[in-house]
Amino acid sequence: MSVFDGFKFRSVSSPVHRMDPRAKFFYVCVLFAVAVMFNQLVPLLVLFIIQIPFVLVARVQKEWLRSMKGSALFAILIFAMNLLSLYFYGGYASLASILERSLTMTARFVVLIESFSIFFLTTSPDLLGLALEQSHVPYELCFAFTTAVRFVPVLAEEAQTIMDAQKARGLELEGGNFARRIRNYIPILIPLIVNAIRRSLELAETMESRAWGANKKRTNLYVLRAGQKDLLLILLSISLLAGSIYISAFVKVPSLTEILLV
Amino acid sequence: MIKVEDVYFAYPNGVEALKGVSLEIQDSEFVAIMGQNGAGKTTLVKHISGLLRPSRGRVSVDDTETTKMSVATLARKVGFVFQNPDHQLFSETVEEEISFGLRNFGFEEKTIKERVDWALNLLDLTEYRGVSPFMLSGGERKRVALASVLAWDPKVVILDEPTIGQDSQQKERLRQFITQLNRQEKTVIIVTHDIEFVAECRPRVVLMAHGKILAEGEAAKILTDPELVSQASVVLPEIAQIFLKLADLGFPKEVIDVYEAGRLLLERFGEST
Repeated sequence: MSVFDGFKFRSVSSPVHRMDPRAKFFYVCVLFAVAVMFNQLVPLLVLFIIQIPFVLVARVQKEWLRSMKGSALFAILIFAMNLLSLYFYGGYASLASILERSLTMTARFVVLIESFSIFFLTTSPDLLGLALEQSHVPYELCFAFTTAVRFVPVLAEEAQTIMDAQKARGLELEGGNFARRIRNYIPILIPLIVNAIRRSLELAETMESRAWGANKKRTNLYVLRAGQKDLLLILLSISLLAGSIYISAFVKVPSLTEILLV
Repeated sequence: MIKVEDVYFAYPNGVEALKGVSLEIQDSEFVAIMGQNGAGKTTLVKHISGLLRPSRGRVSVDDTETTKMSVATLARKVGFVFQNPDHQLFSETVEEEISFGLRNFGFEEKTIKERVDWALNLLDLTEYRGVSPFMLSGGERKRVALASVLAWDPKVVILDEPTIGQDSQQKERLRQFITQLNRQEKTVIIVTHDIEFVAECRPRVVLMAHGKILAEGEAAKILTDPELVSQASVVLPEIAQIFLKLADLGFPKEVIDVYEAGRLLLERFGEST
């Protein structure tokens, strides 16, 4: 559960939380693009560092650290895989360059996780749904999305009850080898999935009986308006993107080893 | 014997569900735990089956503390049938569903077959042996859940809200069934809101409110005390309400079941007609 806590919305009153989700989403997309654009370690480290002020302003350090910790296992895996494959098949000259290249791949992964974590930690599912709606995504899809997010805690509680019920029938969840442990979870997953499907069918019926979708032209109580801060973030994101394109096209980015050797 | 000694329990969200509960349940006793929503009934029985561990105090089954056993080990002795059967059904057929617990406890194949046949027969499910439990009606699913626990013949059977979703005929069968279990020397503990059901079963009643035990004793005593019952936000059984009003005519007050009420009324008025 702890890893997911790093991506779960925290209701904090901060400037980052109050920002327009569309602006934040644009920023995440730009970050994504830039992270893929560079194959050198230095720019990726810069990307990692420039996001930290956001975390601090939004006061979600604890949760952010949790997402970072949660991604550590994958990060190590990515590092090890790159290191091994580059060492045996890469044809690189020095160990230092292999190390740097593997670190780059790992850093890219961490930067992506970092930006997603910040986005989801600071954007409420309702605002996100609203943002999708105002971006002309069909209302049915937006609704499905926000409902799915809203039902996560309900499912978590239900999973606990099911676990209790099966334990009371003699199911030992702990112990045994990996395959056995996976098999132990079947009696928990099946009721959970069946109940989720049942619940969604019931929800659909009760909503249709309350005239859901009767009005084709919906209006909203809240309407998102991009303020100055949001425009600033978009502007910064655009400059980041433009700058990155310029650098990757015309400037030779030095590797960390070169910087350290100078 | 089940012993609950001064147990306190708080859920992780801070809700104090039990505040100093002490209770003793003898072997082959039949007990109904009653009270309004949130009184702590289910929390209490979850302690008996080891699913919850007390924050303070101790719970023991046959002189062994529940904290010293895993839930699965304790389950061999204490069978717990959950309120909603959909929280436990997962197998392809009713037969497999019932044998799940038996396999977990490591019974031999031959014994498993015998026990499954016995449980299917006991709950009138033999014709559904090869049917998927998901295809059954609510009441039938509940019976499958019950069969899947009774199959390993636990000494103590806990039933959480057994009457919910059952029609009156099924309820009557359930009542007979529980009485029969109890006659076979099983300890039966039911958690329920259904006061009419309790009035007809006549178990020992444990009345709970706000995480404490308000009163316990014979059903006819507890369920005819208007003040006590209203403290637990429960409504008197209909028969008890009538006989409370008939008290002025010299009828006894502690009458809760239809049969006794019928007998008393016939005795008085039957002769004159």
